[in-house]
Amino acid sequence: MSTGPTIAHGGALAFRPGYADHAADALRDLRPATDAVDFELEHHHDAASTAQLGFWIYLMSDCLLFAGLFATYSVLHVRTAGGPTAPQLFHLPYVLAETVCLLVSSFTCGLATLAMGRRSRGATLGWLAVTFTLGLAFIGLEAHEFAHLIADHAGPDRSAFLSSFFTLVATHGLHVTCGLIWMAIMMVLVVKKGFTASVQSRLSCLSLFWHFLDIIWVGVFTLVYLFGALK
Amino acid sequence: MMNDRSCRRIARLLPLSLALPATLLLSGCQWVVLDPQGPIGLEERSIILIATALMLLVVVPVIALILLFAWRYRASNEQADYRPNWSHSNRIEAVVWLIPCLIVSALGVIAWRSSHALDPYRPLASPMKPLRIDAVALDWKWLFIYPDQKVATVNQVAFPANVPVEFHITSATVMNAFFIPQLGSQIYAMAGMETRLHLLADQPGTYQGLSSNYSGDGFSGMTFKAIALAPRDFAAWLAKVAASRQPLSAQAYEQLASPSENNPVAYYSQVRPGLFAAILAGRLGSGGMPAMVAMRSH
Amino acid sequence: MLGKLTLAAIPYQNPIVMGGVGLMVLAAIAVLGTITVMGQWRYLWTEWLTSVDHKRIGAMYIILAGVMLLRGFADAIMMRAQQALAYGGHPGYLPPEHFDQVFSAHGVIMIFFMAMPFMIGLMNCVLPLQIGARDVAFPFLNSLSLWLTVAGALLVNLSLAIGNFARTGWLAYPPLSELHFSPGVGVDYYIWALQISGVGTTLTGVNFIATILKMRAPGMTLMRMPVFTWTALCTNILIVAAFPILTISLALLTLDRYLGMHFFTNALGGDPMMYINLIWIWGHPEVYILILPAFGVFSEIIATFSGKRLFGYTSMVFATMAIALLSFLVWLHHFFTMGSGADVNAFFGITTMVIAVPTGVKIFNWLFTMYRGRVRFDSPVLWTIGFMITFTIGGMSGVLMAVPPADFVLHNSLFLVAHFHNVIIGGVVFGAMAGLTYWFPKVFGFRLNERLGKAAFWCWLVGFYVAFMPLYALGLMGATRRMDHYANPAWHPLFVTAAVGAGIICCGIALQLAQIVVSIAQRERARDLTGDPWQGRTLEWATASPPPAYNFARIPVVRDRDAFWDMKQRGVQMKASVYRPIHMPRNTGTGLVIAVLLGAAAFAMVWHIWWLAIGGFAAAMVALIRHAFDDDRDFYVEAEEVRRTESLRGHAPLRSV
Repeated sequence: MSTGPTIAHGGALAFRPGYADHAADALRDLRPATDAVDFELEHHHDAASTAQLGFWIYLMSDCLLFAGLFATYSVLHVRTAGGPTAPQLFHLPYVLAETVCLLVSSFTCGLATLAMGRRSRGATLGWLAVTFTLGLAFIGLEAHEFAHLIADHAGPDRSAFLSSFFTLVATHGLHVTCGLIWMAIMMVLVVKKGFTASVQSRLSCLSLFWHFLDIIWVGVFTLVYLFGALK
Repeated sequence: MMNDRSCRRIARLLPLSLALPATLLLSGCQWVVLDPQGPIGLEERSIILIATALMLLVVVPVIALILLFAWRYRASNEQADYRPNWSHSNRIEAVVWLIPCLIVSALGVIAWRSSHALDPYRPLASPMKPLRIDAVALDWKWLFIYPDQKVATVNQVAFPANVPVEFHITSATVMNAFFIPQLGSQIYAMAGMETRLHLLADQPGTYQGLSSNYSGDGFSGMTFKAIALAPRDFAAWLAKVAASRQPLSAQAYEQLASPSENNPVAYYSQVRPGLFAAILAGRLGSGGMPAMVAMRSH
Repeated sequence: MLGKLTLAAIPYQNPIVMGGVGLMVLAAIAVLGTITVMGQWRYLWTEWLTSVDHKRIGAMYIILAGVMLLRGFADAIMMRAQQALAYGGHPGYLPPEHFDQVFSAHGVIMIFFMAMPFMIGLMNCVLPLQIGARDVAFPFLNSLSLWLTVAGALLVNLSLAIGNFARTGWLAYPPLSELHFSPGVGVDYYIWALQISGVGTTLTGVNFIATILKMRAPGMTLMRMPVFTWTALCTNILIVAAFPILTISLALLTLDRYLGMHFFTNALGGDPMMYINLIWIWGHPEVYILILPAFGVFSEIIATFSGKRLFGYTSMVFATMAIALLSFLVWLHHFFTMGSGADVNAFFGITTMVIAVPTGVKIFNWLFTMYRGRVRFDSPVLWTIGFMITFTIGGMSGVLMAVPPADFVLHNSLFLVAHFHNVIIGGVVFGAMAGLTYWFPKVFGFRLNERLGKAAFWCWLVGFYVAFMPLYALGLMGATRRMDHYANPAWHPLFVTAAVGAGIICCGIALQLAQIVVSIAQRERARDLTGDPWQGRTLEWATASPPPAYNFARIPVVRDRDAFWDMKQRGVQMKASVYRPIHMPRNTGTGLVIAVLLGAAAFAMVWHIWWLAIGGFAAAMVALIRHAFDDDRDFYVEAEEVRRTESLRGHAPLRSV
């Protein structure tokens, strides 16, 4: 049992052999706690708010992930290694179509959230389905663009520019795909369980996610496609 | 538990523990970083010593205070003042923020000035015309090309003392770093990029050179000798290299560039013109590495 | 069917490696065998492996850290031995291919699988108790984070037996780490081990920020939080901000290696300098992620054991936030010699020095906490004083190298190696040991043997100086790092001294292992019956040792900093008279299952076993989604049971583990 120097100080707990017993004695000198004053009265379990905060924090980390990819793209986009360059590859009307799909899907996602607020199951599912379809269209257009580029010897292994382009855009696309899977699961949950607190909280997180991806796409569209095509 | 007996024991061990560092300090010739033989190294040593001294101004009293306070305010010392709720003092705060700020400001000025003065890319002020030497990091040896003299060497570089040397550095393989500790700064050697380093040796001598960035299995053997010579001796050395009758053609270079360790010193006469530029541009493969894109120079 | 994996991947012909593998296998058999013989599998599964209790998860993190400390330290001993032998033409006993793996593994293991888990483990054990919460915000994610980290550690250990590890150094700079120069599986093991554990760490960051911001006891405003909680908050903000950058750095390298892209290759436009920038933009915040919790630990310890309030609480908080913010502005000091130009170098040199200011302020704050206190020299305080002195010296060598021209002659030398070990051992390791000793009674209910603890401290302290002061000297003699042999015989005595120092540290570690064994054997004698063995000041000491699963029967109202001390000063005994049902999360094995599946997928990626990689990943996602559909995730502890548990406080027998 460890020993320590004696502290002789009026009121403070002494620390010497048999300290444990002495501390127990000292505890008896304390007055018992008053329930109303010294303890929390009700325990609010604001799980939804905590979950949303947690999700926001995750979104910030995702934002930084994209920031890193944007930084990489902005450094490497000039290194075309004698291969195809941005003006040669990017067709703005096509990208505009993708953008419209995604932006409108963000709007319809908002409509789904409003429907959820009204507790209207049918409207929520309907707008989610529209959002899903538009998102799927976006992915389809993007996949088509990628396939076309790869067939044209402008794949990600051609140059640093193309590596960084494909990775940035495809990472966004992967996030959108995960969002679509999540959306499908949420639609199933809404059907099976209705608007429980957990389902509502998750739908809010999903819509946060969807809008966030929209914002990232605006960045991609501007920095990659617009600046690239207009060089 | 800290008591008087253990303190006395520690006090007795103290002189003994200082003996080893003292002995080492006395054998001064090995401390190459603190015993530089060129102006760059000398400047850098001054910075090390000045910065250390500035910081010791704070560090020594702080360590002394740590030991003093721990001792004086030990629990068994009931004579010492005990103020359990005292936890704030504007005066102390002001001092503990101010003093580090002052030291850091001084160091910051030193850092700014010296970073510019000792920029590796900055030519040295000297009446002599600089000698250009190209250094290429290979696996796992150094190739030195003398573009004006049209000779090349492996693992040995020589130059006249008191003449500024302008190194152009690249790598034909992974990242390395070119470093002659007793003359001064190091700088990375990177493929497809050219870095530059200006050094000067005050007097004739032989100095150790190495790569200071790990580059694979043969890295530890990637050392070379940097020899500063009197002008006449340098001319003689050049003649010796030129007399080696070993041309450094493209094929000879490819041969050299394939991985090998602990290479002995080699001399090449008749260097293929534009060899360094070709290596930089990636037009010459190294050990099977695919050709690189256009070079980037600083 | 098995990708690149064949039996030839096991390095039969390498006796040293096979010896290491043999030891690992024996250790595993010993542990698994003991559990089987004692019939404890069910207990282990229900109480530990599936636990979402932050205290259990924290303990498991620390156990992982301890095990990996042994592995990483074995690497250290091997390196010191090699360098003590291989001078002037002697090749030593480790061929370069092996030595290069050893130093790479040493760095990776010590940072990712020893220091990080240790700090995260301490935060897990202590943080919810300190803020008066019942658990972290997302207990399931907490469990997942732990098991993902374990999966990463297992991958690194597996690389010893099957295949080999990276030979690139702990940060795997390209182009050396690219496929052309590292065609084997080593770098792939490195990438996947770090990615998998990195996801776990990022989730921890999210978890703890939410916990601290949302789950504090009523009355605990931000400026009433314990300093350890503040440093934990800043640490986790750093984690969330920095780890995404590590993720993409490794991901881009992965794309280069697996899909032939050209981010960092020498050819077709790749730029290795980009990797170096990215990895250090993560790397520098990472070292502050390691040190800030240690600063928090020392703050708690010095205040408690001086019997006095921590000096300068407000400036401590601001200094911590300043350090966290500034840590993102200094990364280039890791490569001053890359040739970025004088303006850029000078800027980053100055920002690096600026960060020394708030760090120095903290040292003064701890100093003035001792001033006019009553300092008790229990081993946590020895670690603290050892830290204050050692870290100051290490900080000094760091600020020295922050002056770019000084760095030009010291970069990558053994001087650098001495510096970062100086701050990491003196700061992070000492902090971990101090925190372990300090909070062990709270988590396990009995104290660690103090005599062995003090002996271990002295071995660590003396051993550290004997091992690393020679390295400062060697750096000034022109010796660079990562050499497996050297020509200059004058360096030899210094390397021998360093090896002796490592041996002394080894004694310290042995003493700590003995301490654990002896303490467990003597636990009844060293029981903490009051829950407050050290005259604590913060809320964790208001609970029993060990606390019940729900931590607090009733959440206390906080009225001041040093909440528990304040209650003691007001004369209040924190015992509730009215009990309520307590909402608790259920244990679940899903975190473990997901980590096993992802670990298998990662292993498959290393060996190009594509069906297993895709299948493992898909199965993990199915498990995750299934968990999302699971409604049976929590339960209530009835008020009567709470009352019963509380009445047993101080009398309940220690669980025999």
